Amino acid sequence: MIEHRDDLGAKMGMWLFIFTELLLFGMLFLVYAVYRSMHPEAFKLAGEELDVALGTLNTVILLISSMTVAMSISAIQKGNKNLALALLGVTIFIAVVFLVNKYFEWGVKFEYGFQPGGAELLELGQGTILFFGLYFIMTGIHALHILIGIGLFIYVYWQVKIDKIHQTDYVWLENTGLYWHLVDLIWIFLFPLFYLIH
Amino acid sequence: MSEANNAHNVSYLDYKGHYKGLFAWIFSTDHKRIGLLYLYTMLFFFSVAAILGLLMKTQLIAPGYTIMGPQTYNSLFTLHGIIMIFIIVVPGLPAVFGNFFLPIMIGAKDVAFPRLNLLSWWLYIIGILIVLTSQFMGDGPPDTGWTFYAPYSFRTPTNVLPAVFGAFVMGFSSILTGINFVVTIHRMRAPGMTWFKMPLFPWTLYGTAWIQILATPVIGITLLLIVAERLMGIGIFDPALGGDPILYQHLFWIYSHPAVYIMILPGMGAISEIIPVFSRKTIFGYKAIVLSTMAIAFVGYFVWGHHMFTSGMSGRALFAFSFLTFIVAIPSAIKVFNWVSTMHKGSLIMQTPFYWAISFIFVFMIGGLTGLVLGSLATNIHVHDTHFVVAHFHFIVFGGTGYAFMAALHYWFPKMYGRMYDMSWANLGWGIFFIGFLTLYLPMFYLGILGMPRRYYDYLPDFHGGNIISSLGAWVMISGIIIIFANLIRSARHGQKITEKNPWGGKTLEWQVDTPPTLENFDEIPTIVKGPYEFED
Amino acid sequence: MSEEKHHIVSYKTHFFVLVALLILTTTSVLITRLEMGPLNTAAAMLIAGTKAAIVLAWFMHLKFESRLFLLMVSAVIVLFILVIIVTFFDYSYR
Repeated sequence: MIEHRDDLGAKMGMWLFIFTELLLFGMLFLVYAVYRSMHPEAFKLAGEELDVALGTLNTVILLISSMTVAMSISAIQKGNKNLALALLGVTIFIAVVFLVNKYFEWGVKFEYGFQPGGAELLELGQGTILFFGLYFIMTGIHALHILIGIGLFIYVYWQVKIDKIHQTDYVWLENTGLYWHLVDLIWIFLFPLFYLIH
Repeated sequence: MSEANNAHNVSYLDYKGHYKGLFAWIFSTDHKRIGLLYLYTMLFFFSVAAILGLLMKTQLIAPGYTIMGPQTYNSLFTLHGIIMIFIIVVPGLPAVFGNFFLPIMIGAKDVAFPRLNLLSWWLYIIGILIVLTSQFMGDGPPDTGWTFYAPYSFRTPTNVLPAVFGAFVMGFSSILTGINFVVTIHRMRAPGMTWFKMPLFPWTLYGTAWIQILATPVIGITLLLIVAERLMGIGIFDPALGGDPILYQHLFWIYSHPAVYIMILPGMGAISEIIPVFSRKTIFGYKAIVLSTMAIAFVGYFVWGHHMFTSGMSGRALFAFSFLTFIVAIPSAIKVFNWVSTMHKGSLIMQTPFYWAISFIFVFMIGGLTGLVLGSLATNIHVHDTHFVVAHFHFIVFGGTGYAFMAALHYWFPKMYGRMYDMSWANLGWGIFFIGFLTLYLPMFYLGILGMPRRYYDYLPDFHGGNIISSLGAWVMISGIIIIFANLIRSARHGQKITEKNPWGGKTLEWQVDTPPTLENFDEIPTIVKGPYEFED
Repeated sequence: MSEEKHHIVSYKTHFFVLVALLILTTTSVLITRLEMGPLNTAAAMLIAGTKAAIVLAWFMHLKFESRLFLLMVSAVIVLFILVIIVTFFDYSYR
């Protein structure tokens, strides 16, 4: 294969991929907007079922993880490998905590029977059914992206450790960072739309 | 060993790399081989889908049960659509000629991400295999049409899930190609090749690539939601749970309308390459063609509702979409004007690629003008879901993308294979195909106006006459296709060998490299000083 | 190639960006406790939009990249918003 290195091109490619994610989630937000406009009261009431404290906690830690990954890039640029590794470690840890929180949140909903197709959910009005359907789909696909992010960060952590990613070649870290900020961006919009309308 | 395998001495077809035999192809990151992999896959599945079409037309040659019943007919038109749309025309010219020629035409040695390029083809194949499983599992092949409209698509017991999931996987193939081409065009143009010195085919690939990136995720999530609906009863499109089936249609067409621009723009780009060469004259209005390409790509995002005029949208939406549809027709018309103006007072060379190019313009115009009938609210109500629509999109997609693909294939064939095809057989094949095509599809306009619905295995006796003509036309057209394919396949292996770099007298970079190209295309990346279509005298 | 001089964002800047984001988060939680009708959604979206812009500009480095990236991001956002508006030609007027 013809070898050529183009860091800017790689970054551009990553941004283009991010655009696909923006459109993917964007359409889910469109679906949300449509059904919220059709069932405003039901959406408001259903939103009150969600745990604002837990949602806020998840928002806060995800923002912190965005900072830690951004800092890890600065660390690599300055040649500070150990700091970079530590910051990546924190990022991974936060990502796992986020998923654990999500697990408990969903668990509560499942107990109430609010999962898609759940008997209790089907008793409630159409607006409520749509709200929870969207809630599970959107936070579910988001959680899937977090999981993929964890995998990517583990790979990047290892690459930093064995010096494949270093001060003069850190494209993988930068692009994984961009991916992670995208995951954060999605949550920045998910949070108010599901948790803060009441 | 290294002497013979030198990247600069040996044609890409003979180059021996790490792998041997079949693996040297299916694990190759060479953009030229990947282009051919797509070509061969598409030729195979096109033949399958064409046979399905032929079976459908045979069923329709007379009212009532001829060779199949309604369930089989529904499964056939579903599979015919899925193959033709997702496997043939959406990947279409970008996958074959974009992959093969984009790097060469901009003076590069490969695309920006060669391994992603190979992954694109693999995802394409995996998606196809997943779709195929839907045909052979217990509950029967899907019968929803390739549009998978809700709520039927989640209520039917047939195998919608693998069909939809296979299309989802193929979407990633399209996205990766789009990403690859945008970065390639931004970052890898040869020194001196400014944006406005870039030939028109790469320009159309650029516009198309953006659509691939920005529209495909929409169908991705929509198909995923159908999966969720089938597996979990999520309610998003289920009226019983509060969902709106029209929302499915919105989401589906927000992709599928821009998708038709994915299909046609590169086709138009190929025609813009061919016409100057065979008119010995520079393209008329290069900048206008570039701007109209970008305009089509942009405005094309906002017309999707014209597929939904009878679905139950608001009056305001109806007006908006009809108006925008008329707007988007304008840049296409500009291109036709430019092509014709290029030929005017040119020195026309009447050879196979040119026959395909001018017949393209003819059928594309018919498709486009009948599109205005469909875009107009008052007439749409009468012809929606009739054979008028079927005729329209076959003229514009088969006539458009299909003819452009054939034109491109006959134009670039000598460069790709270092062999020439038999021109007499090629022209005969074209002629028979063209007559068959018109015989097959023109009556459908009339049948549609009379009221013959689409996607029905049966029809009223009033429609019998037109159907006989149309179904006979199908057989003629297929004969033409067989001649064309046989000629090309034979010529690829046993055709007259040529080493001439520029058999047609073209001015773009692919006609300056070896025939066939070496692995890295160029010994030295050229520096560009002129525009792409400067024909002296 | 990597010949461009890479602009290194200081740890301090990243920290202040986080602080700004946390302040905005707190604001959006508190503001939605008030009953303002449709203004609630508008306020929440405005704050979310501001947070997104900050993440894009600093964490995602858009502020320091070539103009081309900003152009692309802006174009995509504009396209998305237009698609939503056109969809609501249907839903707002049924």
